[in-house]
Amino acid sequence: MGMTMTQKILAAHAKLNEVHAGQLIQADLDLVLGNDITSPVAINEFEAAGFDSVYDKSKIVLVMDHFTPNKDIKSATQCKQCRTFAKKFDLKNFFDVGSMGIEHALLPEQGLAAPGEAIIGADSHTCTYGALGAFSTGVGSTDLGAAMSVGYTWFKVPAAIKVNVTGHKRKFITGKDLILYLIGKIGVDGALYKSLEFSGEGLKELTMADRLTIANMAIEAGAKNGIFPVDDITREYLQGRVKREWHSYEPDDDAEYESVVDINLDELDCTVAWPHLPENAHSARDGKNIKIDQIVIGSCTNGRIEDMEAAAEIFKGRHLASGVRGIIIPATQNVYRECIKTGLAEIFLDAGCVISTPTCGPCLGGHMGVMAAGERCVSTTNRNFVGRMGHTESEVYLASPYVAAASGILGRIAHPEEVF
Amino acid sequence: MKAHKYGNHVDTDVIIPARYLASQDEKELASHCMEDIDKDFHKKIQPGDIIVAGLNFGCGSSREHAPLAIKASGISCVIAKSFARIFYRNAINIGLAILECSEAAEGISDGDSVTVNFDTGLITDETNNKTYQAEPFPEFIKKMISDGGLMKSLKKSKA
Ligand code: SF4
Repeated sequence: MGMTMTQKILAAHAKLNEVHAGQLIQADLDLVLGNDITSPVAINEFEAAGFDSVYDKSKIVLVMDHFTPNKDIKSATQCKQCRTFAKKFDLKNFFDVGSMGIEHALLPEQGLAAPGEAIIGADSHTCTYGALGAFSTGVGSTDLGAAMSVGYTWFKVPAAIKVNVTGHKRKFITGKDLILYLIGKIGVDGALYKSLEFSGEGLKELTMADRLTIANMAIEAGAKNGIFPVDDITREYLQGRVKREWHSYEPDDDAEYESVVDINLDELDCTVAWPHLPENAHSARDGKNIKIDQIVIGSCTNGRIEDMEAAAEIFKGRHLASGVRGIIIPATQNVYRECIKTGLAEIFLDAGCVISTPTCGPCLGGHMGVMAAGERCVSTTNRNFVGRMGHTESEVYLASPYVAAASGILGRIAHPEEVF
Repeated sequence: MKAHKYGNHVDTDVIIPARYLASQDEKELASHCMEDIDKDFHKKIQPGDIIVAGLNFGCGSSREHAPLAIKASGISCVIAKSFARIFYRNAINIGLAILECSEAAEGISDGDSVTVNFDTGLITDETNNKTYQAEPFPEFIKKMISDGGLMKSLKKSKA
């Protein structure tokens, strides 16, 4: 029986010639990730179990991103616990204020994830690195605590859904539109337990930024992971970032897929997910009557430099509608620096936006843009659940940076074509 | 062992309601287990009984209290058509045996007497004399469950 990309990576890490869907395996891990919310719980578990060593001090990554720079005493205490742990075990990849960025934007940027690797993180959006052809998935805190000590974990080998991409992207169409459309089509549990494996000639139209956004939101369809094959676009991205040896895996010709979903890029329009589920996909053209109070451009989904460039393209020479607050959050220090160097920061400031230090911030209703009852936000983040960005009566509309910026300018949900 | 049967999408909020999460005490958690769908649950369970359920058992939040409460109730195994992914991991990590088997989940009725052989994955409904085959756990998972969960198992193997 042939194997999918995911199955091949898992087989290699379990030192097996073959695995099949449903099989339970034990696999070695190339990287183990935690953040300022999940690591403290894992550290408690680690200590309670009496562990006194980590499996590899260069393969554990702790990123202080959710509530940093610390917003209150509780979050400061949690970060302090992580800091102490990182120091005690001499962790090589501890990212604190000044070097940190939002974890899932930071790891690929820093070359910490590479094709063919097996990665877990105590954060559900750990699936992002599938964009690079890695197997990566979110786990619980006990998993993280254990994996930091032993360097392996157990998995149930997932079945797969193939997403076959064809056609050509039109102006203003991004990875965000593709993934929102896909989730709209299959639902928030449409890929429960399974891998979403992307393929097709349309992939060459998708930049690495597009792919990272798509893989990031695989979890919003319930998937265990999302994964792209390695091609020239991947190799170009890895150039100069990943110096260690890596492997690319291709699915076998007779790999088994439970179903195939076709996406024709020619037919994609700018897509917005209405509250309160990512599957409530609509065309950005249908939101003319939906007035907004805030836009957020950032997060692990859309806080990369390409996202900043897209937003700036819309904002250039324009200003936010009166009464709309614009919050721009470059996802990493490098993206932040680039924004300043290339003049994007100036464009945002001229448009009336504020620019925040890298942080998850408002994405999970933490800080830096929490909403009151009755307020609406168009956001480039990934979840629009009830109360996700603040009050349970506030609303989040998920969209691409183009759509978020255009909506900010018109004070309502807008298609980017409307501002030109 | 007696089977206690439930439907689809039994979520972690009904397995252990959020209002009890401040407690880490297993006995206390067990005393509220499943109370929002079956208020006499903790009274009717005999040690070793099993839960039989439909699709997506354990969906919702990632709280590890849910499998803990079930395990502390004395339930020896949960058989379901499918489990929510994080519940599945958490259950095994804390040492609660779970088996996915659609045929058994269909065929077993509430109150049936059921035995489970974890070595072979064979599920026997003694009341109607039927057997079902689930995929057995590999050795390391069996060991993890019999050691009492992931952390205890690792501690043992590192010692
Ligand atoms: S940006 Fe949002 S989704 Fe991404 S890691 Fe932070 S809180 Fe989670």
